[in-house]
Amino acid sequence: MKPLTGGNMRFGYYPGCSQISSAKEYDLSLKKVIGNLGVSLDELDDWSCCGATSGHVTNHKLANGLAMRNIMLADHQGLDNIVAPCAACYNRLILSQYETFNHPEIKSEIEELLSTKFEKDIGIFNVLELFMKIGLGKIVENRKRELSNLNVACYYGCLLVRPADITKFDDAEEPTSMERIVEATGAKTVDWNHKVECCGAAHSIARRDIVVDLSKKIIDDAIAHGANVMVVACPMCHTNLDMRQRTMKKVYPGHKEFPVLYLTELVGLSLGMNEKELGIDLHYIDFKYDDNIIKNTVA
Amino acid sequence: MKIGVFICHCGENISRTVDCPRVAHFAEGLPGVEYSIDYKYMCSDPGQKLIKDAIREHKLDAIVVGSCSPNMHERTFRNAAVSAGINPFLVEIANLREHCSWVHDDVEAATEKAIELVRMAIEKVKRDKPLTKIRVPVTKRVLVIGGGIAGIQAALDIANAGYEVVLVEREPSIGGHMSQLSETFPTLDCSQCILTPRMVEVYQHPKIKLLTYSEVVKVEGFIGNFKATIKKKARHINEDLCSGCGLCITKCPTKKKSYNSFEENLAFRPAVYVPFPQAVPNIPVIDETVCMYYKNGKCGMCVKVCDRGAIDFEQKDTMLVADIGAIIVATGYKLYNIEKATPESKYKGYGEYGYGKYRDVIDGLQFERIASASGPTAGEIKRPSDGKEPKKIVFIQCVGSRDPSKGISYCSKICCMYTAKQAMLYKHKVHDGEAYVFYMDIRAGGKMYDEFVRRAIEEDHVKYIRGRVSKIHEENGKYIVKGEDTIAGMPVEIDADMVVLATAMIPQDNAPKLAQTIGIPYDKHGFYNEAHPKLRPVESTTAGVFLAGACQSPKDIPESVAMASATASKAIILFASDTLEREPVVAKVNEDLCAGCFYCKKVCPFGAIEVRDIKDVNGIIYKEVAYINQGVCQGCGTCTATCLSKSIELAGFNNEEIFAEIAAL
Repeated sequence: MKPLTGGNMRFGYYPGCSQISSAKEYDLSLKKVIGNLGVSLDELDDWSCCGATSGHVTNHKLANGLAMRNIMLADHQGLDNIVAPCAACYNRLILSQYETFNHPEIKSEIEELLSTKFEKDIGIFNVLELFMKIGLGKIVENRKRELSNLNVACYYGCLLVRPADITKFDDAEEPTSMERIVEATGAKTVDWNHKVECCGAAHSIARRDIVVDLSKKIIDDAIAHGANVMVVACPMCHTNLDMRQRTMKKVYPGHKEFPVLYLTELVGLSLGMNEKELGIDLHYIDFKYDDNIIKNTVA
Repeated sequence: MKIGVFICHCGENISRTVDCPRVAHFAEGLPGVEYSIDYKYMCSDPGQKLIKDAIREHKLDAIVVGSCSPNMHERTFRNAAVSAGINPFLVEIANLREHCSWVHDDVEAATEKAIELVRMAIEKVKRDKPLTKIRVPVTKRVLVIGGGIAGIQAALDIANAGYEVVLVEREPSIGGHMSQLSETFPTLDCSQCILTPRMVEVYQHPKIKLLTYSEVVKVEGFIGNFKATIKKKARHINEDLCSGCGLCITKCPTKKKSYNSFEENLAFRPAVYVPFPQAVPNIPVIDETVCMYYKNGKCGMCVKVCDRGAIDFEQKDTMLVADIGAIIVATGYKLYNIEKATPESKYKGYGEYGYGKYRDVIDGLQFERIASASGPTAGEIKRPSDGKEPKKIVFIQCVGSRDPSKGISYCSKICCMYTAKQAMLYKHKVHDGEAYVFYMDIRAGGKMYDEFVRRAIEEDHVKYIRGRVSKIHEENGKYIVKGEDTIAGMPVEIDADMVVLATAMIPQDNAPKLAQTIGIPYDKHGFYNEAHPKLRPVESTTAGVFLAGACQSPKDIPESVAMASATASKAIILFASDTLEREPVVAKVNEDLCAGCFYCKKVCPFGAIEVRDIKDVNGIIYKEVAYINQGVCQGCGTCTATCLSKSIELAGFNNEEIFAEIAAL
């Protein structure tokens, strides 16, 4: 685990584009939950695109430049770290910083591009790491209800833990950190096969057929292993696993709706917040926490 | 003093970046230089003749050769000088290749540097003193470490030549990995059938002293005169009394106390065991960690049933010391473990294949045991989890190998062949079964090797899929193998009953430790380094220590055997004369100056420094000084650099010579 520099509980916040659009509820629930645990987020002033998806496959310099601009802002604001809740933002920021600090030629190129000097290694955290930093004990202490009737399939997707040599916080093939957080809410976790399988990611737009097939397999495997809800920490995964279930139902007529929550929403539920406060009502697949959930969702 | 300077072009290796005629011409003008010339290949026969003729014609006293590294051709030029009547230690090499032309590209600057290097060598050679080689006696006995096929072959060859061999094996029996194999490629002959007669031959050979369940813990000395300390671990069985009847084994109540490592953990064994029925020697060992007697002092069933009184719970480890002339290291390999590795391990394990949690995802050696007539399933192909016959089997090659992200960049070399063999054996035993092989490339270089792979594909209809497997997971008792067929350009999914992983060959866990004990170098993986990759493949860089088999790099049986015989002949060559010539480049103490601090003794890596008493006329000790055993000293110079009173000098590299070199710069 990367040490928290300075030893305080001040976190920089890089929302990224999803948090203000398709994943509003992720942003909403994150702020609510963190606030409830006594931690505040300092949003970067004037943050810009992280370079994900189109940027980093188009031009290497552009990709690093976009990501490093945000890291530069954090440094200028006196922040030691950045929380990037979106897995793609997280991946772009941590990778660009790694490349910049490990390749002098990239460093000088980006420094020239941004007219700055990079000296401080900014800690880049995803939401799992954020909860780990805050301490799982905090969740347990503030828990208003035990979600013990939830059997949760923790889905990591591809970017959250990879490349493991650089992200350095969990095993790339058999990660378990999300399970530990979920278990702190009192919910149970299931051991399943597809926690790091591909959901189809950005093919969601151009090749919906691929995404529907891949996401269907993930959901089916979760159900086969006894899950009644899935938890994710990536807006892209959520889009594919939640929104694309509508198409899934058309392609696979027998498909039964399966709720997919953000990790922050699940923690929020255990802290006593309701679905509306957390934005769960914005999902395509409805989810209402009640004690009879097992009966309602498992086929 | 008349000095000759000879500048070699090394084909174009030096002359490409160094203006050789200019260097030779410059040297001509230096004080003391009588003759200077450049030539295309100085190491060649005409090149050497050029040196010899010049020495005779110009009556040269010493020569400087500007050429490749002295590691390469110092000996060549010294020999040439000797045949023309010059002492070999009046030959200096200026390294114009590794130290100059190969590492620079600016011709002007490289030529300047070459001139400096030659000038330094000239100043040194002016002060060099003629030295005479030291002669030391040779102990004509070989220590062979490791009793696999390589060690067995080396031991037999040497013993058959009439020399004594001490063969040390860590396990209770010799035989190594070859004794675990079912059948061997490319002939499909039974491994045990060809190996066990050789094991017995070793046991019965009057010239071979076999020490099983033993480890080499210390090696001192030098070529021809090693002293090895061997720990003989307590078997708790008196080897002289045991008849090998096996009654203790059948009566031992701890039947399933520990995994049977010979069966690759696919079976259990009792506390008292022989690794396998054909073990040599056929003498059991008692595993203290599981034996009831060591737990609570009770049981003693084996004592009751042994009518020869061979059980000895009190037996202790013993240390043996042997005088040795040459060492053959044949410690073999182990397989990459796909289980989750510790964070400090350089190997990562395979989370995508379940980190070893699926019981029917096994490695190549486990499949060998399953396919072996003497194995846990008596040769019937059954999967470990439920004993059912797998109808669909997937073999995956290059698991670990050729994958730097898993910690290994090299090819394990034997997997293409043994996978083809295993797939073939499977098809021979399960006629209605389907076998798939995922491969990256098929590397079947060797006599009848590619034909063998073709036979698996064409006659036995093994389905080869070119591509990697990204994931294995279990679903309703099947193993879903997801991969890519890169030829068809399609993802593939196979619902297999069993998966066999051709995991990489890696060095034994304690390979670096043994290397440090013996004093031989090893590479970043832990494989032992040969002295030269092409011309000295079976020698280590330590004189008198030879390498055989997979401890040097992945090897199959024929290669290991060939290497073993090569090391045997190296040892026999060494024993052809009664004394050995050693380089006279050794350190010497000036006893008048020595203050007796013995810092040199502390730093000497070879234990060559002793304490010597200086006595007055009445025989009373008035001073202790350091004394360097010239037979042990390797001339590394560590003591020279450490000595506070500057009273140690290294012959051939004394202070005057070195300072003259530096001053010439």
